[in-house]
Amino acid sequence: MSEQSGWTGPSSQQRLAILRRTRTVAMLGASPNPARASNFVATYLLASTNYDVYFVNPNATEILNRPVYGSLAELPVVPDLVDVFRRPSDLPQVLDEVLAVGASTLWLQFGLFDVEVAEKAEAAGLVVVMDRCLKIEHARFHGGLHLAGFNTGVISSRRAR
Amino acid sequence: MDRPWGFRTRAIHAGAVPDAATGARAVPIYQSTSFVFEDTEDAASLFALQKYGTIYSRISNPTVAALEERLASLDSGLGAVCTASGQAAEFLTFACLAGAGDQIVAGAGLYGGTITQLDVTLRRFGVDTVFVPGAEPSAVAAAITEQTKLVFAELIANPSGEIADIAALAEVAHSAGVPLAIDATLATPFLCRPIEHGADIVIHSATKFLGGHGTTLGGVVVEAGRFDWGNGRFPLMTAPIPSYGGLTWWGNFQEFGFLTKLRAEQLRDIGPSLSPMAAFLLLQGVETLPLRMAAHVTNARAVAEWLAADPRVSYVRWAGLPDHPHHDRARRYLPLGPGAVFSFGVRGGRAAGRKFIESVHLCSHLANVGDARTLVIHPGSTTHQQLSDTQLRECGVPPDLVRISVGLEDLEDILWDLDLALTSAVKDAR
Repeated sequence: MSEQSGWTGPSSQQRLAILRRTRTVAMLGASPNPARASNFVATYLLASTNYDVYFVNPNATEILNRPVYGSLAELPVVPDLVDVFRRPSDLPQVLDEVLAVGASTLWLQFGLFDVEVAEKAEAAGLVVVMDRCLKIEHARFHGGLHLAGFNTGVISSRRAR
Repeated sequence: MDRPWGFRTRAIHAGAVPDAATGARAVPIYQSTSFVFEDTEDAASLFALQKYGTIYSRISNPTVAALEERLASLDSGLGAVCTASGQAAEFLTFACLAGAGDQIVAGAGLYGGTITQLDVTLRRFGVDTVFVPGAEPSAVAAAITEQTKLVFAELIANPSGEIADIAALAEVAHSAGVPLAIDATLATPFLCRPIEHGADIVIHSATKFLGGHGTTLGGVVVEAGRFDWGNGRFPLMTAPIPSYGGLTWWGNFQEFGFLTKLRAEQLRDIGPSLSPMAAFLLLQGVETLPLRMAAHVTNARAVAEWLAADPRVSYVRWAGLPDHPHHDRARRYLPLGPGAVFSFGVRGGRAAGRKFIESVHLCSHLANVGDARTLVIHPGSTTHQQLSDTQLRECGVPPDLVRISVGLEDLEDILWDLDLALTSAVKDAR
């Protein structure tokens, strides 16, 4: 769907730059259920990145032995990046919450794509990534995807770091 | 800015950035069965697939990973899993998708080892394969049932030289909710990338032109990452997996699910892994693939045209020639030429074919294809010698048929050798 919309997301080098400048991630809609994609992504972010990860879900109290916050506004920090696992119809409200809390990147997971929300977010100064998995993109640039035989698209004569 | 790197650049660079620890520019050979864990938590998350990394070289290895990413890139795929041989790549794919009671629909003109793998070994395990002559799309459509899990064909068949109609097969397979797998061994991604024509899975015996020097066995499965494995026909992709804590290949990994299952389950359980040393040797071959394939096809065209014009030769089955029934398909799918492996007939029947093989001095008589050297074999006096002339014709291998894999020697030297061998074959047959 992203090809047909006319909206162009950040290039791979721009996504890498986002991942490098991000320190704090809020997972909006994180689930305590190990079978859910958000929980699986959370296990990766905790084990394979240096991000300070916070979970947000009004219907959960603990995920992977960590506290869960009821809303973005209740977080003890301002997250750099909000990673969204919510229904498509929730996105306009999600955007309002993200803008209110002062995050700099709105990241919508696989299956979430809304040009109207993206354009509004960008007009307000947010960097927007849609229909991509934060885990996959991190793994693309940090060797994980490569070790699993996937095509990262990375061509470079510089020593890996 | 994302640069769409060219094929030659990717043949040399994809999958291989300089080593983080040492700066080594060539791909290091990580000849190690196992890799130490940082701590027990690290080990636990690796085993639960929560984290990417190396555990044991049966499942993944850094040298093999460089080859995997390179081949995935060249074939326009999402990713790849390498295996110990081309046959292992096919078995892993079939075993990943089909079980007892399931069905595979395959072209009939497959390599003999693939036919027996499907028709004998997998049939013994309860997987039924229907073989469709010429992999004709309408007949393939008619053969698909509720139990069908895969449509499978070879892009360039041997010895018929027939070309699979990839786009039509993809349409037929997809309209039934079934993926299309294409074995493109004789083409290599330099001549054709089936994923760009609609195929979902591409399989190669890397032993052939990818390695290119006749030194190393290997295979690869590349996947496009476009197929909807959640369409209801593939419960193996959507059911919880107890050995991985109840996650599902499709639910947790989405487009990465098939290849993750192929590696984390099929390589784990079946075990035909590519060794790091073999991966290194194949990587050396792949770096010159574009140069070699261009030269192979140039020589093959000249040899095919020379043979076709020779009265001592009864037929030439190379789809690059205008009189081949699949010449148009070859021009569509393989515009640079339909590979460098084909067959021809030596006038004088089985005896002439045998004499031809015994008379070559430069061409090597052996059972491989895709070497830098020119290779020839006469099935009627070797692999198929137990069959009568009638039986040979029935399986599409006439008694006078010689298969040639045109190498990279000087064209004049190849033609000189063929000319002398044809002269002795025809003289003796009279």
